[in-house]
This record gives sequence, structure tokens and C-alpha cells, in this order.
Amino acid sequence: MLTFERWKITLVLIVALLGGVYAVPNFLARTTAESLPSWLPHKQINLGLDLQGGSHLLLEVDVAAVLAEQLETLVDEVRVVLRGAGIGYTGLGRSDEQVKLKLRDVTQSEATRPLLVEIDPSLEVKIYQDGSISIDVSAAARQERKVAVLSQSIEIVRRRIDETGTREPTIQRQGEDRILVQLPGIDDPERVKRLLGKTAKMNFKMVDEATPIEDALRGRVPPGSELLYMRDRLDDQAEARPIILRRRVSVSGDNLLDAQPTFQDNQPVVSLRFDNVGARKFGTLTKENVGKRFAIVLDGEVISAPVIREPIPGGSGIISGQFTVQSAQDLALLLRAGALPAPLTILEERTVGPSLGADSIAAGKIASVVGMALVIAYIIMSYGLFGVAAVLALTVNMALIVGLLSVLQATLTLPGIAGIVLTIGMAVDANVLIFERIREEVRNGRTPFSSVDIGFRQAFRTIIDANVTTLIAAVLLFQFGSGPVRGFAVTLGIGIATSLFTAIMFTRMLIVLWLQRVRPRTLPI
Amino acid sequence: MRRFRFVPDTFDLPFMSWRRVAFVSSLALITLSIILLVVRGLNYGIDFRGGILIEVKTPEVAQVASMRDSLSTLGLGEVTLQEFGAPDDILIRVERQDGGEKAQLEAVSLVKSRLEEDFGTGLDYRRTEFVGPKVGGELIAAGIKAVVSALLAMMAYIWFRFEWQFSLGAVAALLHDVILTIGMFAITGLEFNLATVAAILLIVGYSLNDTVVVYDRVRENLRKYKKLPIGDLLDRSINDTLSRTLMTSITTLLALLALYILGGAVIADFSLAMIWGVLVGTYSSIFIAAPSLILLNLRPSGPQKGSGSIDLETSV
Repeated sequence: MLTFERWKITLVLIVALLGGVYAVPNFLARTTAESLPSWLPHKQINLGLDLQGGSHLLLEVDVAAVLAEQLETLVDEVRVVLRGAGIGYTGLGRSDEQVKLKLRDVTQSEATRPLLVEIDPSLEVKIYQDGSISIDVSAAARQERKVAVLSQSIEIVRRRIDETGTREPTIQRQGEDRILVQLPGIDDPERVKRLLGKTAKMNFKMVDEATPIEDALRGRVPPGSELLYMRDRLDDQAEARPIILRRRVSVSGDNLLDAQPTFQDNQPVVSLRFDNVGARKFGTLTKENVGKRFAIVLDGEVISAPVIREPIPGGSGIISGQFTVQSAQDLALLLRAGALPAPLTILEERTVGPSLGADSIAAGKIASVVGMALVIAYIIMSYGLFGVAAVLALTVNMALIVGLLSVLQATLTLPGIAGIVLTIGMAVDANVLIFERIREEVRNGRTPFSSVDIGFRQAFRTIIDANVTTLIAAVLLFQFGSGPVRGFAVTLGIGIATSLFTAIMFTRMLIVLWLQRVRPRTLPI
Repeated sequence: MRRFRFVPDTFDLPFMSWRRVAFVSSLALITLSIILLVVRGLNYGIDFRGGILIEVKTPEVAQVASMRDSLSTLGLGEVTLQEFGAPDDILIRVERQDGGEKAQLEAVSLVKSRLEEDFGTGLDYRRTEFVGPKVGGELIAAGIKAVVSALLAMMAYIWFRFEWQFSLGAVAALLHDVILTIGMFAITGLEFNLATVAAILLIVGYSLNDTVVVYDRVRENLRKYKKLPIGDLLDRSINDTLSRTLMTSITTLLALLALYILGGAVIADFSLAMIWGVLVGTYSSIFIAAPSLILLNLRPSGPQKGSGSIDLETSV
């Protein structure tokens, strides 16, 4: 029958009130909201990057490059071990996933196996009848390596971004080999992209003065040496000069303790400090090679190749390489944060400037208010007093949506605002279904009480069926969507839940209470 | 006091007698959509095609022509410029660069430095987006998956709640809506992007919502009027729910219109797609979803009169 128990009324009112209370901070200035006493709700809706401005970057870690490098190292190790043991072989090399070679003397198979396994016990060594050998890195080891590379990359990315002073960055793993970076309120996304695009692997190598450049350019580089290029300026357009270096790394950038941008003779430079191991190596290198040149190599490019004038024992040095103030700062930052284990590729960028974000919020607010006003006017004109009940329900609905978004700290995006506006239009549907049903029952000659009772009951099933289908759409949007579209799915889903509550509980409560109080003979619907 | 009514209380319109006209025109529109889709194709946004999009606000009214000249000499392939919502707001699109992700990144900084060279530093980059070829492909796959699984999930739900004829009829209506919406994008050349896929999913949700309301009434009337011929029964069900259908469509359209006109340029295309979807979805519930039940022999034969004509109608 048409009754609404007191506890139900209380419950409905409490829910509506909570929605309102949690929604309030969003209508205050941020500073005001944050200064509210802690027992009051003070969380505001989390704005998406498209509303507050910021950068969304999707990075891919080139794990394959690391695995290839790993195999390359393995080839070197195999060569050293077999040569040391005096075992002859041919065709040593690597394919995509394994190292292969063939023994010259098949009888040495048994002697070879322990030597190879000793390199790394996790290697899977297969020796065939004809003396050919394949060495696989086990799947588990490869997987382990992948995970390690990814988490190490995330760590380095985090350090680099923290160094730029970005507020509240989000850096998270995505899938097997991707990193999602979200940088709210960033003003120079180009710089961050530049910083993330560098592997920043730095090495010190000796210059090979013995080989003439002309020979090397014609492709005759002696083994143990390599041909690299040196730029006079660090920007990309400058001419690059060829230079020949010893392959062997004299001192590695891994041994750096600190790097700072500074000035020397009014030129921006980067000062370095090595750790103990690095300091010792650097000291020996400079002591033994006074008068010769060494090169500072960053990501396969020579930054500078100064002559060693005197031994440098203190473990600190200076890189001067025609820097600008900005590029010296960036290089110091990269060296401090450390090298990436693998190159990063930026797969996707979406940056929204703060002005567009602010405009979108303003436009979204106006659209919501106007949309709501139009709907309210139309509903009241169509349903009179019952329309007022529907409008009250709609208001509570809005408060609940805003309140829930704040409590859940869901992210509101521009499409999310569209979702809210759309909910305004569709939330009324449940009430429309009910009211039309009541009208029908009135036309069928029922009393006001029984019309309302039957109207609500009959419409209920339809409302559920209709809303479940929309909910399916929302869930799938969330599942397959990314970024802003997800935000849309969230508001849509929340909107469906709250409008079910307000239509079925809140409106019904208002109408039943009104019926009981007024006991009208005809319904004003 | 009688209140002003936008929509009359009762209708008695012979919808089913119009169904042939409706079927034929829908089929014609669907064919047209598919032809346009094949011949003209869609204006894919960078989400799917990959490429670069930069929105820039200039201090004064933008000189689109000279900007275009300046950027077209960069050798980046097709560069299109378009005023976006305001005369000082320009949307620059650069086609996907050959050579993977790195090339896109370089093109972005090339465009920005050229703009700064030629048009000063007072530029405000409101949006910078680039999508590399890899992500573009994945987004296409995800979009198709989303729409297909939405259709399947909803079909399953209707099957579960109603009989199989309803499920097929609803899906026919949904396909109709999806195809016509895509056709609208092919005709207008509006950009087809991730937001469009979201809009299509919503249109599917809205249209089904509408269809379910009609079907619900059909199911109820099937129990109530055991002897009514199916055509009359469908007419009655649609007329019963018509005032609700119109009310809801109008309130939703009012909200969407506000969003379209006032919500800003970024969201305008999305709103337009939704407005179109509400119109098409409402139409399809009445003229596709309901008459499909006749075609599918929901009430094949029985005591009612006119059962002979139903068999004829299945050949429509």
C-alpha cells in the first residue's frame, strides 16, 4: 500500500543531505574549501587534465633493445671464455632470441658445456650432434629482466620529473612495457619531452689518435675503436665533426655522484663529482694520459673531447661543451637522475593549456545551468505540482552526483561534464515514465491513491530495464575508453545510479507525503 | 485548471500502416550511408589516423592564410588550419609523419618553433596532441570492440528479459542507428574520433532505452489483449508510450542543445552527434524495433483476425 515508513523517510533525507554536504566544497574557492575544519567534507572534485590543464604522455620502454644488448654481451662473454680455453668455433653470433655457434671439433662438446653454463647458470645450453650450439636465455630470466627494466625506467622517469618541480605528477605502469605520465598544470611540456627522450648514458672514452679520420670515414675503423660525431653546439642543426674513440669505457657515468650546472669563464658548464670507484678510475686515467685527449660521450654523441692537461685526483671534473644555460641545467639534471636502462619512445601526447581548461570549465558550467533551467521549466509546465517534485528530485540528483564524485575522488573531464548534462536530460525520464503511467491510470478512472500506487509499481520494471541497458553502455565505455572518455563513463554510471534513487525513492516520498497530507480528490497531473 | 500541454495525453496514430514507407526510407538511408562511407570515407581524427593537432590562440585576430603559408613550407605533408570557435583561435592539424613516433615529436617542435619565429611569442598553445601510429591502431581496435560488445551485451540482456524476437528487433534498430550516425559523419565530414565512439555507444544506450520502454508495453499488452492482431497491438503500445517518448526526447534534446550551443567548441561535435542520435534513436524504436516484431512472427497465427495478412507482410 501507499505508505512510507518513518525510517525510510529518514534514510532518504539523510542520503540527500549527505549528497548536499559533500557537494558544497565544490562551490567554494579552493583555498576556502581546504581551510574548512577537518570534520567537514572539504574534498573537491578531481579535475581531469583537459579541465585543469596539463600533459598526458604515454611512453614505451624499448625492452627489446635491452634484451638484444643482453645477448650482445653474452656473445662477448662466450668469445672470451672459449678463447681462454682454447676451443675453436665458427659462426658465433646472435639471432633474435638466442646465441649460436658451431664447434670446430665435435669432441670438445663435453668440455664446452660446463664453461658455458658457468657464465650464467640460468642459461639453457643445447649442444647438438654436429657440434652446433644454441644458448637461450630462459623465459623466466627474460621476463624478470623485462620487469626490472620497466620498474627501473619508471624510477628514473620519476626522478627526472621530480627534478623539474612538477606538482603531483602521476607516473604509472601500463601493460608490459608502457608508462603513463600525467603532469597537471605543467607550463613547458616540450622540456619534459626533451628530458624523457634522452637515455642519458654517459661514458668517458679515450680518443684514438692513431687512426686517420679519412680511413675511418671510408669504413676502415680498427677493431676496438669506433667512429662517432661531435657537435660544436648541442642543438640539433649544428654541423657534426667525426671523431674516432677507443671502444673501451674508461670511466662510466654510473659512477657519478652528483652533477650541477655552473659557470666557468662566464660559460655555462656542468660540474661532476664521482663516487669512490669513479674517482679512482678517473684519477688513474688522467694520470696515465697527460697530454692526450679523452671524450665525454652522451647517448652515442661526443659532447666534448678535451686534452688532459694534468692528473685530476679529486674525483671531480667539469664538462664544457658550448652549453646554453638551459642545456647545462638539463644535462646536469639528466646525469643526476641517472641513465635509463632502455630508450623511451613517446607514443602519445595530449597537452591542454590552462586557458583552454578554464574556458572549458566555464562553458561547461553555463551549459549545465542553462540545460537544467530549460528542463526544469519544461517539466513544471508539463506536470505542474508533480513537476515540482520531479525538479526537487533533479536537484537532489545533481547534489548526489557532485557529492559522489568528490567522495570517490573520481576525475571529472570535459566529456564528464557532457555526461552530467546528458544525465539531467535522461534522469527526468524515470519520473516521466511514472507520471505518464499515473495519468493513464487516472484516465482509466482510478482514485488518486491507487493511480499513484499502480503508476509507480508499473513503471518500476520499465525503469529498471531501461537503465540497465544504459548502464551496460557506461561499463563498456569505462572498459574500452581511455582518459577523458573514461571520465564520461564514470559520471554517466554515477548519474544512472543516483537518478534511479531520486526517481524511485525521493519523488515517491514527496508525492506520498503530499497525498497523505492533502488527500486530494483529483490529481493535478 | 487545465495545464498547457506540449504533448497531448492520448494518441491514436496508425504507425504500422506507415511501416513500409519507414522501412523503405530507412533502407535507402542505410544504403546511402554505406555508399558514402565507402566512397568518401570518414574524416578520421588523429586518435585513429595518428598525427598532430595543435590549438593555438593568437593575441589578435589570427591571420590564417599567412599562418598556412608559413607552415606549409615545413615539408610536413598535409597541414590544415581552421578557425576554432573564435577568430583568434586556430586549430592546426598535421598529417601523420612517416618514420614512427620520434618523427611526430620532432614535427610538433618544428611547428611550434616556426610559429614563434613568424608570429611572435604571444601565442598560447591551448592544446597539443599527437598520436603515434602504434596507439592509433590500438584505439581503432578498442573502439570497434567497445561498440560490438555493447551491441552483444544489450542483445543478451533483451533476450534474457524478453523473447528472442525482441532481441533481434532491438539489435536491428541499434544497427540502424549506428549506421545512420556513421553516415551522418560521412556526409558532414565532421571529425570522427574517440569522442565519436563514445557518442555512438551512448546513442546505442539511449535508443535501446527507448526501445525497451516500447517493448515493455508490447509485452504487457500481449498479455492484456490476447486477441488483438499484432499490428493493432503494436500501434496501441506505441501510442500508449508516445507521450513519454516525446517528453523524454524533448528534455534530453533541451539539455543537449544547451551543451551544443554553450558548451564550447571542444564538445560541440560530440553534442551534435548525440542530438542526431536522440532523433534517430526515437525514430528507430517506433519504426524499426516495433515493426520488426511483425516480420519476426511474434504472434504468428491464432484466434485473431487478419492472421493471413501477417504471412504476406513477412515478405516486405
